[in-house]
Amino acid sequence: MKISEVAEILNAETLSGEELMDREVNSACGADLMSDVLAFVTDQPVLLTGLVNPQVIRTAFLMDIKCITFVRGKKPDGEMTALAKKNGVVLLSTQFTMYKACGLLYSKGLE
Amino acid sequence: MSAAIHLSYKVDGSDFTGAGTASAAIKRILREIGVDMDTIRRCAICMYEGEINMVIHANGGTADVYIDTEGVKMVLKDNGPGIADVEQAMQEGFSTAKEGVRDLGFGAGMGLPNMKKYSDEMLIDTEVGKGTKVTLIVRFPKGGGDGA
Repeated sequence: MKISEVAEILNAETLSGEELMDREVNSACGADLMSDVLAFVTDQPVLLTGLVNPQVIRTAFLMDIKCITFVRGKKPDGEMTALAKKNGVVLLSTQFTMYKACGLLYSKGLE
Repeated sequence: MSAAIHLSYKVDGSDFTGAGTASAAIKRILREIGVDMDTIRRCAICMYEGEINMVIHANGGTADVYIDTEGVKMVLKDNGPGIADVEQAMQEGFSTAKEGVRDLGFGAGMGLPNMKKYSDEMLIDTEVGKGTKVTLIVRFPKGGGDGA
């Protein structure tokens, strides 16, 4: 599905990367521990997380993650948004909890 | 890629938010010279975990990266406390990181195991009270070369 569909399913606000919403993504992962993302993620272009710091953006860039969705309405600051823009990572923010956000995306076919 | 490339970075130990800057730079350079994606990712993870370790445990250090036709060698050096028991430190889940580091998404005892997992060779030279030098080698896939 497209990143724009991810945003729609999660009723999410787009915080960065509006021009990249047409990119295709086929899988996702949910994690607050970035070391787990580095250890287990092979090709999962959507990351759902409750962690908000610049290391989330750096981890995404290094792991070729195309879209980060912050759960429970969390939002990054300007520095993080700028880093995401520089690295071509889409940032979304949803009011859903991690559990529900993952469940919604999984039920719509994002594995 | 014909000539060897040597890149040198200083990892600032006082600024956690800056950790990963050198890894991102390496990733960009490897991409520019046409290295395959899998190798780039493996190098990026090794460098990143190394940088994070240096910031968390050793108040920073240096990262030297050498690229030739065979692969990428990363030498991460710090003047931190050293590792008392390397075997224990290599176990997944073992960590001496302070409480607050976990809140930042790291410090769960995955750093060294991840570096081992994604490199072809890993050598740890450490002395308690003096510091640690971690050497990591990631080789380009055979046959396909480096894609350059």
